[in-house]
Amino acid sequence: MINFIGNRRKAYTISLVLIVAGIISLGIFGLNLGIDFTGGTVFQLTFGEDFAREEVETVLAPYEELEGAAIQVVQGRDLAGEPTDEGLIIRGPYMGEDRRESVMQDFQDSFPQMDLADSRVESVGPVIGGELARQAVLALVVAIAAMIAYITYRFEFKFALATISALLHNILIVLGIFSLFQLEINVPFVAAILTVFGYSVNDTIVIMDRIRENIQYRKKKDYSAVVNESINQNLVRSINTSLTTLFVLISLLVGFNYFIGSLDLIVFVIALITGVLVGTYSSIFIASPLWLNLQDYKLSLPGRKAARNTDSGEN
Amino acid sequence: MKKNFKPGLFLVLVILCLLIFASGYWSFQNAADREDGIRRGLDIAGGLYMLMEAVETEDREVDEDTIERAITVIRSRIDELGVEEPVIAPQGDDRIRIELPDLDDPEQAREIVGRTAMLEFVGPDGEEIVTGANLEQARAERNPQVSPNPFVSLEFDREGQALFAEATEKYYGEPISIVLDDEVISEPVVRAVITEGQATIEGDFDFEEASELALLLRSGALPVELRELESRLVGPTLGQRTEEVAAIAAGVGLAMVLLFMFIYYRAAGVIAGVALVFYTSLVLFVLSQLPTTLTLPGIAGLILSIGMAVDANVIIFERIKDELRTGRSLRSAMESGFRRAFRAILDANVTTLIVTIVLFILASGPVRGFAITLFIGILCSMFTAIVLTRFLMRLAFKAGAIQSGAYVGVKT
Repeated sequence: MINFIGNRRKAYTISLVLIVAGIISLGIFGLNLGIDFTGGTVFQLTFGEDFAREEVETVLAPYEELEGAAIQVVQGRDLAGEPTDEGLIIRGPYMGEDRRESVMQDFQDSFPQMDLADSRVESVGPVIGGELARQAVLALVVAIAAMIAYITYRFEFKFALATISALLHNILIVLGIFSLFQLEINVPFVAAILTVFGYSVNDTIVIMDRIRENIQYRKKKDYSAVVNESINQNLVRSINTSLTTLFVLISLLVGFNYFIGSLDLIVFVIALITGVLVGTYSSIFIASPLWLNLQDYKLSLPGRKAARNTDSGEN
Repeated sequence: MKKNFKPGLFLVLVILCLLIFASGYWSFQNAADREDGIRRGLDIAGGLYMLMEAVETEDREVDEDTIERAITVIRSRIDELGVEEPVIAPQGDDRIRIELPDLDDPEQAREIVGRTAMLEFVGPDGEEIVTGANLEQARAERNPQVSPNPFVSLEFDREGQALFAEATEKYYGEPISIVLDDEVISEPVVRAVITEGQATIEGDFDFEEASELALLLRSGALPVELRELESRLVGPTLGQRTEEVAAIAAGVGLAMVLLFMFIYYRAAGVIAGVALVFYTSLVLFVLSQLPTTLTLPGIAGLILSIGMAVDANVIIFERIKDELRTGRSLRSAMESGFRRAFRAILDANVTTLIVTIVLFILASGPVRGFAITLFIGILCSMFTAIVLTRFLMRLAFKAGAIQSGAYVGVKT
């Protein structure tokens, strides 16, 4: 049996370092928010011919608002593995309908082979951007509140507290990583964060369930032994589940990276992968040990509520 | 070890598993069908998404009725373009969401949706004669014998006829302005008193523009000015490639999961694999039957729910192994393993379900699609793990296909 409880201070230290580093990075670099949050315009174009960067810049020159816009070359492969035509992603501030169409028209004039079916123009007004950010934060807060309520009802408040702490820990680390590497965040990232949410809660609760059960079956209440045993009993399952989920996610990452080459999709999958890894780590090393620490603070009568809920949960 | 083997039951088990694989194959095929399968979101299928806001002015207040009337106008305009399955729906109090898949000419669509198309005939003294509200018909026409330029012919209703007749008499020999959205597009001089309520608009436009103008006039003016808040135009090829790659990658990932489960959990792993295929086809079937839309975040939701479906099986098997280690018989280990795993699965899944419900209520667009997919995925995965895996495990036990701990991966 691995002594997770005895070594929990080491895990806490590692997590603390990661979180502090993340917060520092968030403070210095902030998050790289995409157009969904800040408003702006993205053109993704496939010219169907070789092009020089200067040609693109010439087309863009008359558009003052696109001065200094980020231009990125993307290249994918078809399913046979042959490289497809190089494409281009241009990110700029919000532009009205007329301006966007004018840009597209100018590109079409300069690159007559341009494939409109293989292009994309997305534009988000500044009003919407702010709204989406507010919506995302609101959704996170309400989801946390609802989960605290459910876990308190099924288990006990301290379980809820430990689970949510582990959750915030996961989110902070993922956000820290995204800040440090300045990966662009858009609406799908919120979906990814919420997936991480669901995943780490799922993972943690299964261990909590085990603790609840083991407490019930024991006369002598040595919580640290019970928690350690519960974590160990769940270890194989935690690892196997993460592995299988990672199989699918890594296939997607490789597929998107190799065939599509679009950063948006890759970032999305990276968020999921990071989340699964951090979530598994925290459910083993952080969540349950944290619950044990909370027990020492005697917030409520330990064991009583857990035992009662276990009885009612049995069918 | 083969003493409890019952060929009859085993055959039933094998046929059942094959049927599930066949249904899995059928539902993958079905889902891959872009016409009749699952509805793809615009990020996958390509198309135009627009979010418009009604602009409130001093003399025009925006209420529910205004938005409803605007939607009716937009719908009739879009219908004339022949777009299949357009979504034109109110969002919030003063917004309209428009989703148009499969467009031939997205720029035209955008133009048509956004134009107010308020038509006015104004006398030289600035007095309004008649408006587009009195129009009965508008058509783009060309009369090559007179002029190569196209024109729009108008027909007024009874009230319009009367107004027009009166005005042409009053302003005989004077110019009348035809104003569209506060812009004078034509200034013909009245040369006859028109009593049949027919008029033409000649202007500086080609036939296509004339047709567009006629279309706008036929469907009437928007009751309020609309402003674009958000617009996403995705080409069909772009999304299709993403979908193909995602499907292949998910397939490869799933195959790896099946292989892993077989290596680690042996016979039980095979059953988990069958359950997983059943789960996937169930989710795809449910998604294709519901009026939901599959977006890229939705695919992520699906993948997560696959992970959770595997998790449920892993929890069950690990519990059975735990029970076996305490010295129980296989039969009683299986039953108590299922019972104990059930509670953990229930609590873990319900907590995630709560997150999806919160998201569904509070979020919009692609995140909402993600929530719906994940919600359906979790329900299906719970059903599969709790009902199907259990049933197949019991059947396999009775048939003698699982005879000892070794069959669920316990090292003996």
